[in-house]
Amino acid sequence: MTVPAVLPADVERQVGPGSVGSVATAQLTGSTFGAAVSDLRRGWAQRALWGHLGWQDIRQRYRRSFLGPIWISLTMAVTAIALGTLYAGLFDNDLAIQLPHVLVGFIVWGFISGCINEGAEVFTSNVGLITHLPAPLSVHIYRLVWRQTLFFLHNLVVYVVMLFIFHQDLKWTALAVIPAFGLLALNGAWAALLLGIVATRFRDFVPIAQSIVQLAFFLTPIVWIYDELARSPNPTIAERAKLAEFNPFLHFLEIVRRPLLGQDQLLHHWIVVLAITVVGWALTMVVLRRYRARVSYWV
Amino acid sequence: MSSTMQQVSIDTRGACVDFPIFDARSRSLKKTVMGLVGGNIASGSKVPIIEALRDIDVHLEHGARVGLVGHNGAGKSTLLRLLSGIYEPTRGTASINGRVAPVFDLGVGMDPEVSGLENIIVRGLFLGMTRKEMEARVDDIAEFTELGDFLRMPLRTYSTGMRVRLALGVVTSIDPEILLLDEGIGAVDSNFLDKSKKRLKELVERSGLLVFASHSDAFLRDLCDTAIWMEHGQIKAHGDLEDVLKAYKGDDYRTPEKTSRERGSAEA
Repeated sequence: MTVPAVLPADVERQVGPGSVGSVATAQLTGSTFGAAVSDLRRGWAQRALWGHLGWQDIRQRYRRSFLGPIWISLTMAVTAIALGTLYAGLFDNDLAIQLPHVLVGFIVWGFISGCINEGAEVFTSNVGLITHLPAPLSVHIYRLVWRQTLFFLHNLVVYVVMLFIFHQDLKWTALAVIPAFGLLALNGAWAALLLGIVATRFRDFVPIAQSIVQLAFFLTPIVWIYDELARSPNPTIAERAKLAEFNPFLHFLEIVRRPLLGQDQLLHHWIVVLAITVVGWALTMVVLRRYRARVSYWV
Repeated sequence: MSSTMQQVSIDTRGACVDFPIFDARSRSLKKTVMGLVGGNIASGSKVPIIEALRDIDVHLEHGARVGLVGHNGAGKSTLLRLLSGIYEPTRGTASINGRVAPVFDLGVGMDPEVSGLENIIVRGLFLGMTRKEMEARVDDIAEFTELGDFLRMPLRTYSTGMRVRLALGVVTSIDPEILLLDEGIGAVDSNFLDKSKKRLKELVERSGLLVFASHSDAFLRDLCDTAIWMEHGQIKAHGDLEDVLKAYKGDDYRTPEKTSRERGSAEA
């Protein structure tokens, strides 16, 4: 993605003398990779701040409600039961297969769509903080990903309850869900950062991102079961279903969902996800290097 | 504290701050995409630019107490943002060594829905303090603000004056290396103002470096010894406070003594 330069060509600025002594407070400036990495590192160092804010965001949303954040889990449970039942009927699937599939699909999708939708507005919704306090940009990203992680964990409670009703044949490989979620969060971070920067400059990206996410929901096997369609006796349907492999979201969904449902890992999903992680972060670092210092001008 | 650290300093050379002004059309993709299709990108990507600051050369070190004077729109607030690192210069260089505590707007970073106590912690974290440091200061802040049990109430139940008290209490409790103050420290009852002035002075004495933008000569004389006069985004004069004030005020200059006109002209 090339964003046209609108400012006088950035002169490669020298790095302040403060960087030599590497004092915690010295900040690297300018369009350098060092400054971009420094932003990510200094932001990480402020864990106390974004950790607190992430929690506050969640409590905020359910403040003064009797059940509080339990609503997150409840909403998820209701959605999964309703849609699980509906689609089990429509596709003539076993509820014991359809419902866990829909539930885990929704939990993972909630994280993905949250990172993208809120990522597009991550800087524009924090204008006050960005123009009043010299915090690293990444603080806002970490706060967002942390908040989405907390949502994810709240929803995981529903999954645990579900295990008692629809027993899943979990193997020790289910632990793969931990690195899988780690990768998911890592990708959520670059997506939010990249989209956040681009959408701050071009506000049209906010609705564009949102509509893509909405469309992707239907293209991704969240309610429909990919394996079933791919094995369909009708060769045309089986052929079409395989197109889903081109959907990058499918691979993220599968690496997290398969271990949780006791299914075998498929290597190619992991490879695709790792490749996207590397390419995504590389692209994001290039954009961060070039436009990091511009965000406070654009918001 | 700063003895183990590098010397606190701010150093800018030929620093400029240029704001691109994207109108609705140039901020959208439409024009860029159309431009590409039509093969005319150059005119499509031209954006008007406001030169908010031009050729700023300042060198400030530990112990500097600088007042910022100038008319509205002269670039005082933008300069403070440049010195705090919020705006990195579009041309030239700016290097800032030290923990910066910018106090431009007492309300920013405050959440109306959470209690005063929680706001104290969050605001402190934003100003570069740790949670522990802030928890140790809560009692002191509670005593200073005289808010008592109200600290457990959500901030939205506070009156404007109470909010200012809380914000001032937090801000004046920190240990900044570089303190950047934009005025707007009014709106409290006069009884409390004296108390906060004293605390503000103590804060300034603790901090390594102060830059303070204000329209009040009395306040400037209280806190600063040198001054920078901003005009049209450039530094018009930089030197001893009284000399700069004399040049800036011209015939209006009064010898050190508070006048009611000065107070009246102070911006909220």
